Amino acid sequence: MPTVSFTPALQRFLSVPATQVEGMTVGEALAAVFASRPALRGYVLDDQGTVRRHVAVYVNGEPVHDRIRMSDPVGLHDEIYVFQALSGG
Amino acid sequence: MVDRLHVGTRKGLFEVARCNGAWEVTDAQFLGDPVSAVLADSDGTVYAALDLGHFGAKLWRRDWARAWSEVAVPTFPAKPGDDRDDPHPWSLGKIWVIEPGGVAGRLWAGTMPGGLFRSDDGGESWSLNDALWHMPERRRWAGVAGGEQPGINSVLIDPRNPSDIRIGVSTAGVWATTDAGASWRLINRGMYAEYMPPELRAEPIAQDVHRLARCAAHPEIVWCQHHNGVFRSEDAGATWHELTAIRPSKFGFAVAAHPRDPDTAWFVPAIKDERRIPVDGRVVVARTRDAGRSFAVLSKGLPQRHAYDLVWRHALAVDDSGEVLALGSTSGGLWISEDGGDSWTMPEARLPPIATVRFAPA
Repeated sequence: MPTVSFTPALQRFLSVPATQVEGMTVGEALAAVFASRPALRGYVLDDQGTVRRHVAVYVNGEPVHDRIRMSDPVGLHDEIYVFQALSGG
Repeated sequence: MVDRLHVGTRKGLFEVARCNGAWEVTDAQFLGDPVSAVLADSDGTVYAALDLGHFGAKLWRRDWARAWSEVAVPTFPAKPGDDRDDPHPWSLGKIWVIEPGGVAGRLWAGTMPGGLFRSDDGGESWSLNDALWHMPERRRWAGVAGGEQPGINSVLIDPRNPSDIRIGVSTAGVWATTDAGASWRLINRGMYAEYMPPELRAEPIAQDVHRLARCAAHPEIVWCQHHNGVFRSEDAGATWHELTAIRPSKFGFAVAAHPRDPDTAWFVPAIKDERRIPVDGRVVVARTRDAGRSFAVLSKGLPQRHAYDLVWRHALAVDDSGEVLALGSTSGGLWISEDGGDSWTMPEARLPPIATVRFAPA
């Protein structure tokens, strides 16, 4: 099962430990996390369900290609990391 | 006398209280997070809207026991797939104003990108006002402050009838409903927009209403700080006449209406849009007590040398008595008056840039 981890910056607002979830794509894996932590969804996705402009989602150290439908495939040993997109400063 | 003030800033929410005759900061919450709106409701509940740079808009509520918890934030419905003409996003930018709805548990939230939301359960859940959002004219609403998103900056509830509401929009004039939001009309006449092409300057929808304020005891009296001047309406926002006596300038963002005296209001003039700083580096408040025929320029206790404080639209407040006022600036200046603006004092604090000040009901 892929592992989903979240930036410590989110821990200020809600408890989000790294978890292993079912999912064949980034979107499915995130949806599985949100199912058990509904309050987290709005921190990562906007009202239309796409990744917030200033949130970054990486798989094994590379940014995902599809930020809208999050269709990037993930395997059993992949690591998804969700963090704030820094823009300098 | 009111003795408690909530100050929403770029870096947190501060509570300022009157202690032994002096105002001082007594609490700080959400340190580091931008606060975009705050409401202290008459039941003792406090609402704070956060505008998190990375993680979106959030809403927190403090209950009577002073415990904070996150509650639901307004969200837009799924955008129809065939709708490609809407220039505005169907996603919450930020909550710009929260007002009590005049009915137990009811709140109204004005937001960017121009959605008006209602809660009937104290913020546990929200619903978009569909009638306003789906008006074809809404797509002609223009952005605010150089951004692309319009914003609802003022929500005025008639204290006699909670179904009778006016909203001010940057940039789209004044809108009215008399059926609790089932239908809306663009009502403002008499304003002008110098920045528009000549043939469009009187267009109601082109008016950049920076802020509206309503006299609680005389709800037909509404004041407006507009991009191009200050205006007053005697028919609840339908027709407006300009108050050309305003000094030292006619540009500004904030306005506060006396809760009982229909002829008294306060403004915070600044040099107009290209600069947005006080005139001559002096922070002043302009007060009228004769319905705008004349203004007194009040400066006692306010900085009068090299002061470049701008006061945003939600950063001027008056309490229910009409005697206590608070003024917050982009430089973190916070001043409080207990004599209707004649003189001001500053709590001992150097605050972050202030977006909003709000008194707790006495």
